Amino acid sequence: MDNTYILKIFRGSPSHQYWEEFELQLAPFANVVSSLMEIQMNPVNREGKRVEPVVWEQGCLEEVCGSCSMLINGKPRQACTALIQRIISETGSSVITLAPFSKFPLVRDLIVDRNIMFDNLKKVHAWIDADGSFDHGPGPKISQQKQEVMYSLSTCMTCGCCVESCPQINSKSKFVGPQIMAQVQLFNDNPTGSMKKADRLRPLMGEGGISDCGNAQNCVKVCPKNIPLTDAIATIGRDVTLQAFKDFFSLPDR
Amino acid sequence: MTKKEKQVIVIGGGLAGLSSAMKLAEQGYKVKIVSVTKVKRSHSVCAQGGINAAVNLMGEDDSPIIHAYDTIKGGDFLANQPAVLEMCLCGPAIINMMDRFGCTFNRTPEGLLDFRRFGGTLYNRTAFCGASTGQQLLYALDEQVRRYEVKGLVEKFENHEFMRLVMDEQGITRGVVIMDLFNLKLEVLKADAVVIATGGPGLIFRKSTNSTFCTGAANGRLYQQGMKYANGEFIQVHPTAIPGSDKLRLMSESARGEGGRLWVYGDSSKSLLNAQGQSIVCGKTGEPWYFLEDLYPAFGNLVPRDIGSREVLRICEMGMGIDGKMQVYLDVSQLSEEKKHKLESILDIYQKFTGEDPRKVPMKIFPAVHYSMGGGWVDWPASDDPDRWTRYRQMTNLPGCFNIGESDYQYHGANRLGANSLLSCIFGGLISGVEIPRYLENLSSSYLDTPSKLFDAALQADIDLKKDILSRRGPENVHALHYELSDWMVNNVTVKRDNKDLERTFHKIKEIKERYQHISLDDRSQFANQTYIFANQFGPMLNLAEVIVKSALLRNEFRGAHFKPEYPERDDENWLKTTIATYDRSTGDPIITYEPVDTRYLKPIKRDYATAKKIKPKLENVPDHVPLPI
Repeated sequence: MDNTYILKIFRGSPSHQYWEEFELQLAPFANVVSSLMEIQMNPVNREGKRVEPVVWEQGCLEEVCGSCSMLINGKPRQACTALIQRIISETGSSVITLAPFSKFPLVRDLIVDRNIMFDNLKKVHAWIDADGSFDHGPGPKISQQKQEVMYSLSTCMTCGCCVESCPQINSKSKFVGPQIMAQVQLFNDNPTGSMKKADRLRPLMGEGGISDCGNAQNCVKVCPKNIPLTDAIATIGRDVTLQAFKDFFSLPDR
Repeated sequence: MTKKEKQVIVIGGGLAGLSSAMKLAEQGYKVKIVSVTKVKRSHSVCAQGGINAAVNLMGEDDSPIIHAYDTIKGGDFLANQPAVLEMCLCGPAIINMMDRFGCTFNRTPEGLLDFRRFGGTLYNRTAFCGASTGQQLLYALDEQVRRYEVKGLVEKFENHEFMRLVMDEQGITRGVVIMDLFNLKLEVLKADAVVIATGGPGLIFRKSTNSTFCTGAANGRLYQQGMKYANGEFIQVHPTAIPGSDKLRLMSESARGEGGRLWVYGDSSKSLLNAQGQSIVCGKTGEPWYFLEDLYPAFGNLVPRDIGSREVLRICEMGMGIDGKMQVYLDVSQLSEEKKHKLESILDIYQKFTGEDPRKVPMKIFPAVHYSMGGGWVDWPASDDPDRWTRYRQMTNLPGCFNIGESDYQYHGANRLGANSLLSCIFGGLISGVEIPRYLENLSSSYLDTPSKLFDAALQADIDLKKDILSRRGPENVHALHYELSDWMVNNVTVKRDNKDLERTFHKIKEIKERYQHISLDDRSQFANQTYIFANQFGPMLNLAEVIVKSALLRNEFRGAHFKPEYPERDDENWLKTTIATYDRSTGDPIITYEPVDTRYLKPIKRDYATAKKIKPKLENVPDHVPLPI
C-alpha cells in the first residue's frame, strides 16, 4: 500500500512476549502515541486479524510528564515527540519498531514498572528540609546563573531514558542511575538544601553509588530534556570523594 | 467515647492533592494518596506560564486587593468573593513557601523572584519557572510529600483509580473503593475524610490541552452518588493552542505576557465592531493586523482568555484565518533573545511537534478546550460569617467528602484568569488541610464503628459493574462513541453556544448513553486492560457531559466563557447565580437548581478591557482580620 507505515511492536506479558505488526495510513504530524491511539480504536494487525489493542503509558503528550517512555527503533525516548514522518525520513524505512524498556519489570505490552526510580529518590534525601508549610517569608536569594542550572536539573521527569541506556544498569547491578546524580546536585546546589548535603552524598559512597558509573555517557545523549547528566556525575563524584575524606578524618562541615 | 483515627484519603496527586496531603501529614495525619498515575506525572505538569500572587516586587504598588478585583472582574462576577479574596491574600505566602521548598523560580539580577505579566491584569504579578511552572511547583510539592512518605505518614496508591465513595446510612463519608489499574483488583480504603483532587474533565471533549488522565470520571461518579456539581457550563477555551490530531498542545499565555502578538493579514475591505460598538477596519490589506491590539487598546494581547478565544474565532469565521484555515499567527519572533530564553520550553514544544522554529517564524495557533471553571460544589463560609465554625470550607454536600483544585467550582467564576489556577490548586489544598482536622475533631462517630457489610456492599457494586462492562456484547465501540460525543461537544458547547444546538446535543448524549450499554470490548483480559479502564470511565463522563450541556442550555445570557449570541448581554437580574446540578437517580438526568453568588465586596460593574486603566479598586465590607491557612 502507498503512504502507509508499519509499527512492529514487541508486546505481550512477562512470560510471553512476541512481535506483532500493524499497518497504518500516514497522517501529517502523526506521532507514535497518535498511532497507538489508532490501533486502540481499530486493533487489526497486518494479517487482518482483530487482536487485543496494544497498551502503553501516556499522559501529557507534550514531553513534560515522562509517561510514554519506550524503545523506538531501539532508542529510549518519549513516544509523544516521536513523529512518524521524521523517523521514516531519518531511517529511510517505513517500519518502526516499538518495544518496552528492558531494564524495568514488564507489566504488559509497552508498560513497565519504573517504581525503583522513585524509591531511589527516597534513598538520597531528594528534597529540601523546609521547616514546614508556614509563612516564614521568602526563601534565600539565588543568582540567575544558579537558577539556570537548577532549573535545568529540575526538569527531570523521571522518564527513565537515561537508566535504560546505561550499560551499568542490569539485573545484577545496584547502580541508582544517572538521574539520581542530577537530583542530588539540584538539592545540594540549593542554599537550604546544602545544609543536608552529606545526607545525600553518603548513600552514594558504597555499592550502587557514584563509583558504579562506567562513564559510557549514553545517558546524556538520550535525555529528552538535555539535562547535563555527565556534568552532574562529575560534580557528584568530586563531592562524594570530598565527603568521604571529611568523614574519614571527622572534619566538620564548612 | 469513639476512638479517633487520624486517617485521610486524598484522591489525586496534582498540585491540589499534594498540598492537601502535605498539610495533613505535617499535622500528624496518616494520608493515603490514590492516583491514576505516578503523582509526579499529574496534569499539573502541563501548566506553563506561572502562578499569580501580588507580592509587589516590581515597584507597581500592586496588592492582593487589586489581584482579587482583577479575578472577580475576570470571572464576570460569578465567583463567590470571600473565597477569591482570601486566595489572593494568601498568594504571597504561598509563593514564599514554594520558594522555600526549592521551586526553581526565575530570578532578577539581585536574586529575588522575577514576575511577568499575564492576561486580565495590568500588573506584573506572575511568578514563573521558565515556561514549565506547573511542573516545577508540582515537583517541589512531590518532594515534600516524599519526605512524609519516608516518615511513614504518607502511603501512595499510584496506578489506582477512584471508583466510588463509601457512605454510611447517614450519608457520612467512611471510605472509598479503588481499582488497581495493573491487575484490575478492587479494594476498599477506609477513612472518615476523603479529598477529591482529580482535576478537570477535558477528555469529554477528547482533544483539549489536558493530559489523557483528565477524564472527569471521579467527579462524574460522585455526581452519580449525590454530589452537587456547580457551574458545569463554564468551560474555558484557551485562545492559543497548537492544532493536532491526538492533542491540542497549549501555547502558554506567557508567550503573550513576554510580548508575543496575535495577528492575521489585514483586509481593509472588511470591518468589525469593537466592544464599544464602533466599527473598526480590519487592518491594511496584505500587512500584519494585530487585531487584539486594535480591538482592546488597554489590554491588547493580554485580554482574558474567553475574550481572546472569541476574537480569534470571529476573525477566522470572517475568512481571515492564515492560509484560509481556522488558525491565526502568534508571533514571538521579534522578541529579544533573553525573552525567548524564558519561553524556551514552550518554543521547544512547538518546534518538536510542527518542525517549525517559532524563534524565526510565527506560530499557527487556534483556541482549544483548556479548563473547567465548574466542578464539585463546595461550601465556603467567609471569615466573618457567624456560622463560620460550624461549616467546612471545600467540603461538598456529602459530609466528609472534600473537593479541591480544578475539580471544585470555586475561585474562577465564569472565566479563569491565566496563572490563577496554580494558586487556587495550592490554596484549596492548604485550606482542606486545615478544615479536615477540624471536621474530624468534631465528628462524633468513626469508620471503625461502621458495619463491614456497608463496605462489602460498595465493593460488590463495583465488582458487578466491572463484570457487566466486560461482558457487554453489542455492536458499539467505546472509542468510536467517545469520538462522536467529543465532536458534538466541541462543535456545540465551546466558544459559541446556541440553544437549538445545545438541545440537539443533549438528546445526542442520551442516545450515546443508551448505545454505551451495547458496547463490546476488544480486550476482555483482567490485566492492564486499558480498553476496559476507559469504558468504565466513559459512563460517568457521559453524565458530566449532560450536566455541562443542560446547564449551558438553561443559562440564557452571555457571561464569561458562556457566550450565547441569542442573548448577547450579561443579565445580572436573572442570572447572577450559581448553577447546581444534581443527579436524578430515577431518570439519570441532571436536575438544575440555582443559588445566589456572594458578591459582598464588589457589586457587578461593566467588564471593560478596552479603556480600563490601573486603578486602586475599593472593595467593601472586607473583614479586618482574615486568618490564612499558612
